[in-house]
Amino acid sequence: MSKKNKLLSMAVSVVAALLLLTVYFRHHPVAVLAPQGSVARSERHLMFVTIGLMLIIVIPVFALTFGIVYKYRVGRDATYTPDWDGSRLLETLWWGFPIVIITILAMVTWRASHDLDPSKPLASNQRPLVVQVVALQYKWLFIYPEQQIATLNYFQFPAGRPVSFKITSDAPMNSFWIPQLGGQVYAMSGMSMPLQLEADRPGAFRGVSANISGRHFADMHFTAVATSSDDFATWAAGAKHTSQRLNAQSYTKLMQPSTNAPLITYASVTPGLYDAVVEKYLRPWDGASQQLGGSVRQANYVN
Amino acid sequence: MLTSLFSLAGGALGRLSPSEIQHGPIILGGQLSVILGGLFIVGLITFLKRWRWLYREWLTTTDHKKIGVMYIVISSVMLLRGFGDVMLLRIQQAFSVGQSHGVLDSDHFQQIFSAHGTIMIFFVGMGFMFGIVNLILPLQIGARDVAFPVLNSISFWLFAAGFGLINMSLLIGEFSAAGWLAYPPLSELAYSPGTGIDYWIWTLQIAGIGSTLSGVNFLTTIIKMRAPGMTLMKMPIFVWTVFGAMLLVIFSFPILTVTLALLSLDRTIGMHIFTASGGGNPMMYVNLIWAWGHPEVYILILPAFGVYSEVVATFSKKRLFGYTSMVYATMSITLLAFLVWLHHFFTMGGGSNVNAFFGIMTMVIAVPTGVKVFNWLFTMYRGRIYLSSPMLWFLGFVVTFTIGGMAGVLMAVPPADFQLHNSLFLVAHFHTMIVGGVLYGYFAGLTYWFPKIFGFKLNERLGKLAVYLWLVGFVLAFVPLYILGLMGATRRLDHYDASLGWQGLFIVAGIGALFIGAGIFMQVAQLAVSIWQRKDNRDITGDPWDGRTLEWATPSPAPIYNFAVQPIVTERDAWWAAKQAGEHLKKPHYEDILLPKNTFIGPLVAAFAFGFGFSVVFHIYWLAGLAVTAIVISLIVRSTNDDTEYTISAAEVEHLERAAGRSYS
Repeated sequence: MSKKNKLLSMAVSVVAALLLLTVYFRHHPVAVLAPQGSVARSERHLMFVTIGLMLIIVIPVFALTFGIVYKYRVGRDATYTPDWDGSRLLETLWWGFPIVIITILAMVTWRASHDLDPSKPLASNQRPLVVQVVALQYKWLFIYPEQQIATLNYFQFPAGRPVSFKITSDAPMNSFWIPQLGGQVYAMSGMSMPLQLEADRPGAFRGVSANISGRHFADMHFTAVATSSDDFATWAAGAKHTSQRLNAQSYTKLMQPSTNAPLITYASVTPGLYDAVVEKYLRPWDGASQQLGGSVRQANYVN
Repeated sequence: MLTSLFSLAGGALGRLSPSEIQHGPIILGGQLSVILGGLFIVGLITFLKRWRWLYREWLTTTDHKKIGVMYIVISSVMLLRGFGDVMLLRIQQAFSVGQSHGVLDSDHFQQIFSAHGTIMIFFVGMGFMFGIVNLILPLQIGARDVAFPVLNSISFWLFAAGFGLINMSLLIGEFSAAGWLAYPPLSELAYSPGTGIDYWIWTLQIAGIGSTLSGVNFLTTIIKMRAPGMTLMKMPIFVWTVFGAMLLVIFSFPILTVTLALLSLDRTIGMHIFTASGGGNPMMYVNLIWAWGHPEVYILILPAFGVYSEVVATFSKKRLFGYTSMVYATMSITLLAFLVWLHHFFTMGGGSNVNAFFGIMTMVIAVPTGVKVFNWLFTMYRGRIYLSSPMLWFLGFVVTFTIGGMAGVLMAVPPADFQLHNSLFLVAHFHTMIVGGVLYGYFAGLTYWFPKIFGFKLNERLGKLAVYLWLVGFVLAFVPLYILGLMGATRRLDHYDASLGWQGLFIVAGIGALFIGAGIFMQVAQLAVSIWQRKDNRDITGDPWDGRTLEWATPSPAPIYNFAVQPIVTERDAWWAAKQAGEHLKKPHYEDILLPKNTFIGPLVAAFAFGFGFSVVFHIYWLAGLAVTAIVISLIVRSTNDDTEYTISAAEVEHLERAAGRSYS
């Protein structure tokens, strides 16, 4: 194949690949780059800023690489200085320039780390909805302490109002992640991890456990359903009239490992259940934790 | 029948029983490949009547070059196994969609990706690294051997014992299904009661101790064994990078050893160091394992940077640009490697000050790394660039590594990492660094130094074809993973919903893996063809690339004593300077050379270490105790042996040099 044809066929295949990808992405949104809430949007913005800053250095590196290899290939009539091995000016330039970029990026990082601290309440004129999350073996339990209701493998919340999560685990370490709404945080036994998220408008968002926690962790996903605040109020009131209750007894049953658990709505929750789940790891000898499925060690040996 | 026999033996055999042998067509494939592979090698050696030769020339050798070759043989075998694992993972993820659950059950899938990670880091990355360091480092500093040749043999054989143990897990018992770093509580007895985690622990423990000992050995070698005149700032850059890597080994591997020991205490005698329910803290494990794990990444990549520095200078026929900058860059990376481990768990709730600090420290590493890239580019600038296959590996590295580095800096920003952590974006990132950085570097190094060790060059046509296949395969295999990560695909999924629309990208990634497989096939073919045509590719000069550093001053293959005459160094590129001055043509004055004798202690200790590992995995504690006692006794007995060296006379040296084509007028 001649050089021209080679280039042409390469260009054609690149264009074809891009076209294919465009069609593909129209049908399958790229969650992290198509945020549905303020947190995920800020995080995406941060990624773009970072990539932009880095391209200032990366593009010249690519240009130099190809340019130099093209020009100084053996056989080309180009300057050859075999003993030239340093230049104070050039070296100062490429120590200094990246330092400047990284300094800017460091300032961005410092600010962003504080602004997007998962424990920092989101700016909003509405009081956040509190949701407590317990990762169990291969399912997610959501407790609404204010509404005194709970759900399994899905949760509903009003769009436009911040949600303040408290996340723990009564299982191996998991990671709580809703890609379209924002960043993940580990769910760990004996720890209560904060996370603030928000949805712009009603919708259903996929949530997952991002960390391996045992044999069936791949099936450990849930749906985060954002509705209008009226719909949320109606739903929460309706939940009160469902038949199942979350107490020590039903919780113990939940602790048994299972996959593809059904979506459940609990009409009531024993007050303090979430705290008891966290604290049973901190004070395993304590009587209160005995109610939650006997001693932790026994429960843990069920696999 | 067999089972009752085992129960008769009672506690004496711990939990070893026939029921520990796993069943299933894919598992059988693994078992057969271990058994048949082993039988084939044993049969071949017997058929060729090579046992005595193998024992005398290889198993008991203390020659650093032969030990290096053995490292590389093991790593190549493990590369094939690690690649086989990848193909299973790729097939599973391409087809296990919606109603279909693919070819593997979730437990087996998890064992395979855990094994893949463990194998690629410990037995491929580390093996190639120590292999190449063994081959070349003493030659580059003008030394006749490493500081502690017997210890070197023991280190290698501990590595080999780990290799034996991890492959044993294919035959009997199982492997860890908790990922390559086995975070508790998942890796605790409560959730993983089987033999898998124990295999993982003891494989790494045994191989890891070997690595620590190698670290001590090579650091001492660099400090004490350099040729007269080779001051620190006259060392080749490869030596500097190994110096940095060995410092990291010495400071970080003990952390791994302690962490694994603590985990094994949890598992064997019911301690609660890492179990939250017993007052322990799993987050401590995560900190400790990454306090080793992050320096580990630099242990792998620093010597690869060194290889690139040598390759670029040689194939551009120009002095390395910015030597002093390179040294400072290398040493700042070494230091910074210890200050970034927390970036592996920004999502564990460290708080914004802590996260921001470690994020910024991570970005700072981009500065010295960038400096290195610029220096390499300006080494080529105004040079004469020969696009040989090592050079192609280097160019592939520059492009991939820069992209991977961008992804790395991106994830160093903690809030951005919240959205990327544990996703396939992360998986794609570290594969970009480890394949595009580490592996390409060692492939370049192996091609570059092959004639020095074996006396003939590798076939360039097949070598270049391998590079192209790897590069294309790499893009096809990992670009989809970057995209999938952004789509919200997490790592380690054995199954996903069809509605997510991920299947197409997973299939492309699988095709990419096939390309890489074709690349590996070309490398095997390259080796075979090169051996076949070795007479045509013989390196008579000892300096096939018109090299710059001391290893090229020796004939190829380098003789057992390396240097017939102790080289004296006055310049940075010592061999280049000698060639320019015409000094290499003068007839040298030969003297007697003292060399270490062969020793059986390495294989012996390894056999006992393997026995120890296996018996601890199966709770056969009396046997484990015996094995440890045997190791201690054999080391004591060996250390009372004073007759450990022999002399090659000056006349013999002259004869050998002449035979190697060195005649002076």
